[in-house]
Amino acid sequence: MTRTRFHQELEELKHRILAMAGMAEQAVDLAVQAYSQRDIAMCQRVLNNEPAINRAEREVDEFAVDLLAMQQPMAIDLRFILAVIKINADLERVGDQAVNIAQRVLHLVEYAPKDLPVDIPAMASKVRKMVRDALQCFIEGDADLAKRVLEADDEVDRMNKEAFANLSACMQDHPDSAAQALDALSIARNLERVADHATNIAEDVIFWIRGADVRHHAGQTASRI
Amino acid sequence: MGTAVEVRDLKAWFGKTEALHGINMSVESNHATAVIGPSGCGKSTFIRCLNRMHETNPEAKAEGEVRIGGMDVYDVPAVDVRRRVGMVFQKPNPFPTMSIYDNVAAGLKLNGTRNRTTLDDCVERSLQQAALWEEVKDVLKKKSGASLSGGQQQRLCIARALAVNPEVLLMDEPASALDPISTAKIEDLIFELKQKLTIVIVTHNMQQASRVAEYTGFFLMGNLVEFDKTEKIFTNPSDKRTEDYITGRFG
Repeated sequence: MTRTRFHQELEELKHRILAMAGMAEQAVDLAVQAYSQRDIAMCQRVLNNEPAINRAEREVDEFAVDLLAMQQPMAIDLRFILAVIKINADLERVGDQAVNIAQRVLHLVEYAPKDLPVDIPAMASKVRKMVRDALQCFIEGDADLAKRVLEADDEVDRMNKEAFANLSACMQDHPDSAAQALDALSIARNLERVADHATNIAEDVIFWIRGADVRHHAGQTASRI
Repeated sequence: MGTAVEVRDLKAWFGKTEALHGINMSVESNHATAVIGPSGCGKSTFIRCLNRMHETNPEAKAEGEVRIGGMDVYDVPAVDVRRRVGMVFQKPNPFPTMSIYDNVAAGLKLNGTRNRTTLDDCVERSLQQAALWEEVKDVLKKKSGASLSGGQQQRLCIARALAVNPEVLLMDEPASALDPISTAKIEDLIFELKQKLTIVIVTHNMQQASRVAEYTGFFLMGNLVEFDKTEKIFTNPSDKRTEDYITGRFG
């Protein structure tokens, strides 16, 4: 009763979602680079690439639903498909956040550069590492690495709060910089949301591998996961 | 609720071959327990030990303890055990020349019941419990058991088993020879019957196990590898061998 074809299809599902993950990751990288370099063309590429991510999301969902209906998966296979469906939604949202960042950058470049009290590249670097690690733990089925992604989210949250406090103060002290500060504030919030999606992906990997629901600290502390 | 069947250190043999290597299981009352596993794993042998059907094979023997409501099945005559523990097989086996009525009444008559009203009431009640009454009530004595469809025959066999008011009903792949509609009827029936008795069902169909049973035991090479709530077995089993089997990685 070995289900060779079904397991090949699960591999195919994994390939497809990884291809989509590559697109979402690249969108964030491009958007962050566009911010650092104030590059309109890069922003445009992020916007142009979004429909492909949305299309990939629909295709992955369709494939996953077909497998649920046709193959009636059990245990780790069932958890894998459920995790893929959720990760798929998170990746699509990561793509949306990249678009939001690109739109803010397009607005920001209309103004003269300002020295703002926020280190977006530093925050972006942490967030990108979280996304990379979340995908890596998905590729390898590594629940321990997934746990480290959850821990990294606290640092990004802290950076976002700090950005909020500093940029709010900046807006009050320098009203002429309010527009740029508001864009930077939005970008920091978008990055923080990307980190949340990376956290969700890591939680889904833990669910897939260990069958444990760790969302919202569901009755467990990180050390007991 | 409590325990309907308590199995301790149950071993079974066919000749010199040990088919069960010391099974321990507590079957909860008024619930369905599914027994799954690859062919030859001992699952049918296991349930056949619960009502001493195993020993109807002259080469076979069993050892250990099977307690049903306090009675050790190996301490009392087999006939008494089978009155309390009914069984339904993979292939429907109505008595072919008997009418539908006589098929259902057969067990009671064998036990000495002759009163017409008692028999009539019992036949109607059993056929209703088996969800067959509406389909056959007008031809009870005109049609033979063998003239019914496969799905109806299986429900007739269930009615026959229910007629003697068993505490436990053993089902050995009861729907594997049936079409999807008849299968769904049997599954609905299992759901209803759980209110009154305890069910142990052997099935090759894992979706069926997950649909009808609250508990599932996975057998492999004569051992009970894992026994747990069905939802645990099918979403996150504890033993790698269970997971490999139910995900189709071996078998």
